[in-house]
Amino acid sequence: MFAYLVRRLFLMLVTLFGISIVIFFLLRIVPGNIVDILFAAAGYVDPADKANLEKELGIDQPLILQYWHWISGFLRGDFGYSYVSEKPALQEILPRIPITARLAGLALLFSASIGIPLGVISAVKQGTRLDYALRVVSLSGLSLPSFWLGLLILTAAVAMFGQIPIFNPNPATWLEAFATYAVPAAAVGFRSAALTMRITRSSMLEVLRQDYIRTARAKGASDAAVNYHHALKNAILPVITVIGIEAAFLIGGLIVTETVFNIPGVARFLVEAIRWRDYPIVQNLVMLIAVVVVSANFIVDMLYAVFDPRIRYTD
Amino acid sequence: MRSVWALAATAALSLLAFSTTTFAGEPKQGGILRMYHRDSPGNASILEGATYSLNVPFMGVFNNLVIYDQHIAQNSPDTLRPELAESWSWSSDNKKLTFKLRQGVKWHDGKAFTSADVKCTFDLLMGKSQQKLRQNPRKAWYNEVDDVAPNGDFEISFNLKRPQPSLLAMLASGYTPIYPCHVSPADMRTHPIGTGPYKFVEFKANESIKLTRNPDYWKKGLPYLDGIEYTIIPNRSTAILAFVAGKFDMTFPTHITIPLLKDIKSQAPNATCVVEPTNVSTNIIVNSTSAPFDNIDIRRAMSLALDRKAFVDILFEGQADIGGTMLPPPQGIWGMPKDKLETIPGYGPNVNANREEAKKLMQKAGYGPDKHLAVKISTRNLAEYRDPAVILIDQLKSIYIDGELDVVETANWFPKVARKDYMLGLNLTGNSVDDPDQSFYENYSCGSERNYTNYCNKEIEKLFDVQSQEIDTNKRKQLVWDIDKKLQEDVARPIIFHARAGTCWQPYVKGITIMSNSSYNGFRYEDVWLDK
Repeated sequence: MFAYLVRRLFLMLVTLFGISIVIFFLLRIVPGNIVDILFAAAGYVDPADKANLEKELGIDQPLILQYWHWISGFLRGDFGYSYVSEKPALQEILPRIPITARLAGLALLFSASIGIPLGVISAVKQGTRLDYALRVVSLSGLSLPSFWLGLLILTAAVAMFGQIPIFNPNPATWLEAFATYAVPAAAVGFRSAALTMRITRSSMLEVLRQDYIRTARAKGASDAAVNYHHALKNAILPVITVIGIEAAFLIGGLIVTETVFNIPGVARFLVEAIRWRDYPIVQNLVMLIAVVVVSANFIVDMLYAVFDPRIRYTD
Repeated sequence: MRSVWALAATAALSLLAFSTTTFAGEPKQGGILRMYHRDSPGNASILEGATYSLNVPFMGVFNNLVIYDQHIAQNSPDTLRPELAESWSWSSDNKKLTFKLRQGVKWHDGKAFTSADVKCTFDLLMGKSQQKLRQNPRKAWYNEVDDVAPNGDFEISFNLKRPQPSLLAMLASGYTPIYPCHVSPADMRTHPIGTGPYKFVEFKANESIKLTRNPDYWKKGLPYLDGIEYTIIPNRSTAILAFVAGKFDMTFPTHITIPLLKDIKSQAPNATCVVEPTNVSTNIIVNSTSAPFDNIDIRRAMSLALDRKAFVDILFEGQADIGGTMLPPPQGIWGMPKDKLETIPGYGPNVNANREEAKKLMQKAGYGPDKHLAVKISTRNLAEYRDPAVILIDQLKSIYIDGELDVVETANWFPKVARKDYMLGLNLTGNSVDDPDQSFYENYSCGSERNYTNYCNKEIEKLFDVQSQEIDTNKRKQLVWDIDKKLQEDVARPIIFHARAGTCWQPYVKGITIMSNSSYNGFRYEDVWLDK
């Protein structure tokens, strides 16, 4: 188990180093920098002012030097200053993390708590009307883009209740605070729940045909015991994998959801920072997200080992 | 007896009705005006910006020397009002403009306002001070100002190289606030200090901008509002739905397109909505330095092929204006009258005849039904650029020009235009003041940074100076019309249309006036109030 852990940890560090290189150089490949954008917004280009500004921001330096300044700062916890707001990058990023974390957490919770039970029911009731209905729901979830679903929810809320469930920084009640996150989390989590449900269903169907399930039934185990104790425990591995991957994909979904529900989280902030080519914000934020995603995958790898002892013995 | 009671009741009701009417018109103190903002401005320094995304939230933090009357929609020389200046006077040779400054005005940090602050502001703008603006997009406005000289603490003179009556128009723009000497340009970008009706509280990028009432404002009793809060919502659908749901008191000014305005009126029938010109023209930039558009015949043919009314009908349901460089009347002060405009080739009502003439010019240049001219039409990747570009491509087909849309990301647009790396471009030009000096020198004078096409006609340049020095407004108008006509005939930068846009507010918001010939000058909001 220890060797497995060390190997995964090493792989994680190598991955993060690779990501840092990709982030840094991809950003520089994108045409234009903050200075171009500032002058584009002003509708003119003054070469002298442009050169001064590039020097002031340090983007006239060789790329290797720029990379070294950034990555060494990142490791020290010095994230530099936002080119746009001229405030410390960390000060800009930190308050937004809990907002997105809450949203992502709720979306994942929604996904797992809806997707897994419905997937089990769908598999157990295979071929029934209920199964067909649940499959239609899951297919809809996969087909509906979350921005469209989000706008539909907003439009319906305004038309039916005269209220709009967009982000409220100062909710008056606990319920209002919950609604601020729950509605967008449901919008973004619906697709994820649909995927989880389909994976759970197919995985369960495969497991339910296994000999040991028949043996369990022959021994007189109850349906619940067979389905949830024997079958689900063995069918859950691919589901965990998908949820781990979904956690990473969720960031992409959140960009749109945060925009539609006007939530000041990191995902929308990241898009804005890319638009402005605000390198200190983009690099550090993407790197932080990468750390979270790689760590999540690391945890998933560890969970594999917990759920399936064969992995820790053979890998 | 019954009639006495009835009379008394009637009298009481009349009195009540009268008093209600009286109080309904009285401004009420208090309340926060909640508005959504379309975009997160880069910073808070108006002097460094070139977008009204900055002017709208931050104009209320400052004062100018003079300002356009905030309750007259049309900005004109007659609507100039004193602000930090109590009065102004021109010298007999019109080369010296002297302002008497208001005394007892305090900056938001408590320091006293003096003529030194005015000098600092204009030295910054003219690039004469030690401290530098990170960007200075309107430096050219002050090309004719020799120096700005204080005469004591409360008087200041602008010494000009030659008469320039337009200087006052530029000083009245929302783009010309007075900055404090004791705050650096860098600090003004993050925490602006002004003398205006509202104090800056905070600016959270992509989130919100908050202003609070300045209790020491030099106009006693103003502002009426306790503050203004802007929530940044870049998604237009969300923003409009939030306005309809009553989450906001007002939409972002001139942010509503004509088709969307109908949606708002149907969902929020009580909202007050107005549509006004934005003084932003949609135009074609032509690279006349290389083939094929170095050929004046092809440029003229292209201009003749334009069906401007079709653009206006498709994009604005008929609610936009056709004109030359200057915004057309009645909202525009300097635009050509319709009869003069229609004498310009391509502006006549008979589009088919214009296109027949255009085809002849194309054939003269060697193109025809069997040999089309392939052209890339570059434009910025924004809907207000892309949509007219698509219509332009369709219209040019009628004269043997096959256009291909070349969509360019915003960051690369101006560098590309500056490199002359385009054949035809569809561009938008905003005018912050409805004034010929601002428009002509900025967009058409030889060597100007914003003269993207490098159009340079020394004869016209001389006329720019003649109109600029003309004191008599009527004489100046004639000169401006002649110049504008010549610019269109030269196909310097063919103007397609002047856009209009809508603004809506809830019925209880009072004291809002949307300017009809500029989108940059009407956001002081010192006497806006909420009737609730």
